[in-house]
Amino acid sequence: MDADLIIAGGGLAGLSLAHAVAGAGLRVAVIDPVPLATATGAEFDGRVSALGRASYRMFDALGLADDMAAEAQPILDILVSDGAPSQGKYHGPSPLTLHFGHKDAGAGPLGYIVENRVIRVAQSRALARQGDIAFIAPDHVAAAVADADGVSVRLESGRTLRASLCVAADGRNSALRQKAGIRTVRWAYGQTGIVTTVHHARPHEGIAHEYFLPAGPFAILPMTGNRSSLVWTEPTARAHAIMQLDQGAFDAELAERFGSHWGAVRSDGPRWSYPLAFHLARDYIAARLALIGDAAHGIHPIAGQGLNLGLRDAAALAEIIVDAHRLGLDIGAPATLAGYAQWRRFDNMSLAVTTDLLNRLFSNDLPPLRFARNLGMALVDKIAPVRNLFLRHAAGEVGDLPRLLRGHIL
Amino acid sequence: MISGPRTAPENTVDPEEVARFSAMADEWWDHNGPFRPLHKFNPVRLSFIRDQICAHFQRNAATARPFEGLRLLDIGCGGGLLSEPVCRLGAQVTGADASAENIGCAKAHAARQNLDIDYRNVTTDALITEPARFEVILNMEVVEHVANPDAFIMQCASLLAPGGLMILATLNRTAKAYALAVFGAEYILRWLPRGTHDWNRFLRPQELTAMVEKAGLSLGDLTGVSYNPLLDRWRLSDDLAVNYMLSAITAR
Repeated sequence: MDADLIIAGGGLAGLSLAHAVAGAGLRVAVIDPVPLATATGAEFDGRVSALGRASYRMFDALGLADDMAAEAQPILDILVSDGAPSQGKYHGPSPLTLHFGHKDAGAGPLGYIVENRVIRVAQSRALARQGDIAFIAPDHVAAAVADADGVSVRLESGRTLRASLCVAADGRNSALRQKAGIRTVRWAYGQTGIVTTVHHARPHEGIAHEYFLPAGPFAILPMTGNRSSLVWTEPTARAHAIMQLDQGAFDAELAERFGSHWGAVRSDGPRWSYPLAFHLARDYIAARLALIGDAAHGIHPIAGQGLNLGLRDAAALAEIIVDAHRLGLDIGAPATLAGYAQWRRFDNMSLAVTTDLLNRLFSNDLPPLRFARNLGMALVDKIAPVRNLFLRHAAGEVGDLPRLLRGHIL
Repeated sequence: MISGPRTAPENTVDPEEVARFSAMADEWWDHNGPFRPLHKFNPVRLSFIRDQICAHFQRNAATARPFEGLRLLDIGCGGGLLSEPVCRLGAQVTGADASAENIGCAKAHAARQNLDIDYRNVTTDALITEPARFEVILNMEVVEHVANPDAFIMQCASLLAPGGLMILATLNRTAKAYALAVFGAEYILRWLPRGTHDWNRFLRPQELTAMVEKAGLSLGDLTGVSYNPLLDRWRLSDDLAVNYMLSAITAR
């Protein structure tokens, strides 16, 4: 055996898994098509992630949080409002606003807004520190052939590596998932998320604002300094038009939706756009193969939970693998992998369905639905236990949490 | 004095039992085959085994090879479902089984896994005539299949090195065990071939502990093992009514 496990894809979820299991003494190889220097560059990924409290605890347990701390903005409050326009104009948040304060949900912030680039830099530093993870890039997994005793992973470069388990962390269009014949349930939302950084005159005070517009959710996520990251959802055709606007016109459209509560706003730096789609793998495992992160699921960003789910996959799989390894069991055996699939499937499915329904409920301007959601929001806002449950979901603290997400190393 | 073959102390092997398991030997390692229940059961008994060994010999379970330097005998090793994991954890393993076919299957599999395990087609009757003694003896789901458990436990105890540890697992002779382990597992769920277990040979915990103590060992821990059908998972429990495990140690 060249390694205990081979991870196809050195993205956020893949490397989290690598760090977690290597820390427990397993031999890991990571294969990625992109060299680390490119993946950590400013142009590679413009998104930010809302790391729930539990996800941040996991990075802390893995020793990565110190490298992120200076650029991680604590989320102290979440404001959710239904921002239906009247007479075709936007007028800022409606009076019916849901307010989630971190003091309702116990100690510390609800989570942190961190640029994906910052997470990637922290991961690459940890890779250099840890030293015992073989990071092979640029290269692709050409084939993974499982047999009774292990899996042979052939790389495009011609090398073949032998391991007990192969993990597909190779993203939404996972080649390994397709080669294994695992089908997905999928649909496109017809929406595109525009992502950019916004400067505002006044401080945001750690408030994340989710503002439901008929075209789709408009999220303002606090970053360090007087900056916020914007996730601005529009129907795809309109999103393309907005992407083409010059800075002045773009900022005018932006200001109309953003409101004036944080003073004058202007966009800063490049704009990215991401088509929004839903997909869920029908199986999470195959012979000596496990899917994690976007290879297993892609959900609407409405609740900011995509990466948190991927990290939960990584934490759960790491725990299952390390526990099996410490019992001397074959980490790629069907009985081991079944435990992972069983653990993650329900959680991922329920969040996928919830975010889909939320998007359908809010991305429209139908009066009965507006009435219903305003009523629902008013009720949730008034009933403390319900509000706390929502909060604990947002912080990623609901369900059967893997040890890493509770802040314990394996 | 006249006695039937089932109670003859010099012969603890029952040919019928040996033949039944031999027929299944090739399928030992198929996780979805006839030994699926054992594969499902394996993690919980291995964690008991590991924790008992680590506690007794003061080893750290989070290290790569916590059993390094321990000679371990796996009695009734079958296809090696326990021998292989404990070998990976560092033990120097002897696997003994009364069925030549099981031993053949176990040897072939260990070779493919690059594991160095001394698999032998012998019974305890033969092993006690040899000089080798062991720090750890695994006696898992065997005692309910032998003809004379009293003599068998006595032989096993004599194979322990001074300060050694024996771990046993078996089924209780209760109505619940009959309902679940015999009627349920063999007839309803078809987990096991019919006739795998003979309820009359199941031992109550007090009977087994009496045998262990009579053999000069002192009882360590005693735990039940319960199955959760909703999660399809086994866990340790206080309920001794069906499956239970215990550890016993020699006087130093």
